[in-house]
Amino acid sequence: MDGLPAVEFHNLVKQFGTVLASDHVNLSLAKGEIHALLGENGAGKSTVMCMLSGVYRPTSGEIRMNGTAVKIHSPKDAAKLGIGMVFQNFRLVQTLTAAENVVLGDSSPFWRTRRWMERKTREIEALALRVGLPFAAGRPVARLSVGEQQRVEIVKCLYRGNSVLILDEPTSVLTPAEADQLFATLRKLKSEGKTIILTTHKLKEVMAVADRISVMRKGQMLATLDRAQTSEREIARLMVGQDRSPPKTRVPREPGEPLLIMDKVTVVSDRGRHALDEVSLTLNTGEIVGIAGVAGNGQKELAEVLAGLHVWKSGTITFREFRWKGPSVRGSIKQGIAHVPEDRMISGLAGGLGSVDNLLVKSYHSDERANLGFLRTALNRLWSQGLVEQFDVRTAHLDAPVKQMSGGNQQKLLFAREIHQRPHLLIAVHPSQGLDVGATDAVHNLLLGLRAEGRSVLLISEDLDELLLLADRIVVLFAGRVMGEMTHERADREQLGMMMAGVT
Amino acid sequence: MNKYRLELDPSGRESPWWVTIVALLLAFSLVAVFILATGKNAATVYAKMLTGAFGTEFGLTETLVKAIPLMLCGLGVSLAYRIQVWNIGAEGQFVAGAMAATAITVYLPGLPAWSALPLMVLAGIASGALWGLFTALPKVLFGVNELIISLMLNYVALQALDFVVYGPWRDPAGKNFPGTPAFTAAESLPVWGNSRLHMGLLLALVAVVAAWVFVQKTRWGYELRLLGANSEAARHAGVNIKSYAVLVMLLSGGLAGLGGMAEVSGVAHRLLYGISPGYGYTAIIVAWIARLNPFGIVVSAVLFGGLIVGGYSVQTLGLPSSISNLLQGAVLFFLIAGSILGKVRVRRREAA
Repeated sequence: MDGLPAVEFHNLVKQFGTVLASDHVNLSLAKGEIHALLGENGAGKSTVMCMLSGVYRPTSGEIRMNGTAVKIHSPKDAAKLGIGMVFQNFRLVQTLTAAENVVLGDSSPFWRTRRWMERKTREIEALALRVGLPFAAGRPVARLSVGEQQRVEIVKCLYRGNSVLILDEPTSVLTPAEADQLFATLRKLKSEGKTIILTTHKLKEVMAVADRISVMRKGQMLATLDRAQTSEREIARLMVGQDRSPPKTRVPREPGEPLLIMDKVTVVSDRGRHALDEVSLTLNTGEIVGIAGVAGNGQKELAEVLAGLHVWKSGTITFREFRWKGPSVRGSIKQGIAHVPEDRMISGLAGGLGSVDNLLVKSYHSDERANLGFLRTALNRLWSQGLVEQFDVRTAHLDAPVKQMSGGNQQKLLFAREIHQRPHLLIAVHPSQGLDVGATDAVHNLLLGLRAEGRSVLLISEDLDELLLLADRIVVLFAGRVMGEMTHERADREQLGMMMAGVT
Repeated sequence: MNKYRLELDPSGRESPWWVTIVALLLAFSLVAVFILATGKNAATVYAKMLTGAFGTEFGLTETLVKAIPLMLCGLGVSLAYRIQVWNIGAEGQFVAGAMAATAITVYLPGLPAWSALPLMVLAGIASGALWGLFTALPKVLFGVNELIISLMLNYVALQALDFVVYGPWRDPAGKNFPGTPAFTAAESLPVWGNSRLHMGLLLALVAVVAAWVFVQKTRWGYELRLLGANSEAARHAGVNIKSYAVLVMLLSGGLAGLGGMAEVSGVAHRLLYGISPGYGYTAIIVAWIARLNPFGIVVSAVLFGGLIVGGYSVQTLGLPSSISNLLQGAVLFFLIAGSILGKVRVRRREAA
């Protein structure tokens, strides 16, 4: 790491209205280093990355590359300077092949003949193989897995000869094995002199791959640390500003009698394939059962069937000794099944409505909340006020649209709604996704609290740490089948990772 | 280099209330250009329109007479728009209501007022609702686009109207005039004093209050709001989306049908060729100006009623009454522009 820094931020300020999203940030990235940018949600990581990739323009301050000041006013400018970004949500055209996506925007002969395309496809496949991220370049992107799609994005940056790579939460969509593969590639690229900057929530990964780590909080750059001279604990402390409160102790307790019995349940997905394939699963009272697996292996359908949102083709579902005849959302709610869906703003909350209306979603037809069809408005406000306080939801006003709240507060509101009904079973799908450390702890404590009360939780998560921390048993789903099961005591990270990747 | 650039406001908030006012002002300014082109003074014309529509007792009552159908049709479509059901068939539902109310006078003549009027109200509502159902059923059963069906059904209703007023229901004493015989006093809504202002206004205001109570205070209104705000969240709450599409089309059609009944029974006192001068279409603008708020619809309906009456009054200045059509079009144009441009912010470029 000698010579001038590849990229330097000098007193970079970005102001949105009255909010300083980036408050005089200074940062330097050396040539040939992997730099991790850490911080809670809203710390300003994305803002900084977006300024580097030309999505936002700084209010003031300067970006220097190799010692000279540069102006990055658009993604085009960034591309010219050799800066490429891999977004969390890929920017790929689903119907085009991987190779066509890579050459998109490439200056090329006007006629892209079949022969030209074939040559490019081979070139791209060779490039991908060389860096250790192989994929079938001639295949339409829609038919590639999420992990492969990410590879296409990275190879796209390399194909364009970018020297600075920005990766936003690159491992959030990968299996542990795929993530390891990615890290190996990043190290290789580093040795070739590329500068890599990435964000992640997972401290373990940071320690595994980063050379230096910068921590942001509330728009300010707190520190840049050498990996060798720091610890997970120090980083976590910097991020949240205090030591993480250790989660509630997870007292061992004997599971009760069976609450939910699924026997050889098969579900056909909207696309016509078997999303769940003869899945048998038993959940006992007072137990947290974790469902591990990479997204798209049947978790969504499992949650939807139990929430009464999806039909199943064969098999039986018995809940509290009552055998289900067919899906019914109301039926599931009445029987005491609560559901915290993934993507809380898509299916959980109505962003344009206030807290009261959002809290009413599951209970508005009860006699407590409505009388002869008329909502008990005054009473419901009081009740909402109580819940908001009890679950520590910070909101400007009970009627303020919930889309204005932070992700953590939205999730707390959602949990408040689902838990206050004292459900027998809570289905929680990626409950801590996108939450900062403090809010994640709050969610974990809520789940453990339910367990302590003798209620059951079906915890669907892609975060192995979360499952290992909370679940009494972990069941791994792969391609709609149960790959295996492990108890809390016997759980083994590596073995789980293998099962998640479909290896037994 | 431009000194300014445009940025999309990421928060996606609703545009502030004053955007509506600015849109109205811009619409009037644009039409002023056309008025000036005819050699008239726009200020005089607008002043004439204002006094014509609101300045005299006659003008005011006429404005309210026009506001009644706009209010009922606007209220109807606003319920459907709340959950993104794009009913543009208020015109047909209005005509269907007018025809059904008239059918009572044709087939059950000589009823006393206490039975004739309620029957006509019921017939108007039921027939408008049925017309709405014709749009809702193909939508929920086969996924047919409601915009197309509801629009096409307008023409069906208008053809049916032509058929009855030129054919079986035509007044034999009407010298070939395409209309039914005049209603008896018992079949006409009571009017206020010597004006043409009829009891339909009361019906419309009751409907407005009822719609507000329904949407804000009842369980079903809550489901409607939830559905409008996030249909996926509503599905997770067990709300049956299809049945709500049917319900809003029934309500929407029923309200427009009531508007049609009020028009024949309160104003025309017979069913006529061309009974609606496009109330069902103007109502769409009325609903959007009010941002689907029931009480806002009262205001915007009166405003548009005034526009129509004001348009008549400028005829004495030698201008055609289509000035008010011009204004309606301009208002809609600027309103839509406002709601889209309201999301865009102009930012000054920083000194480079």
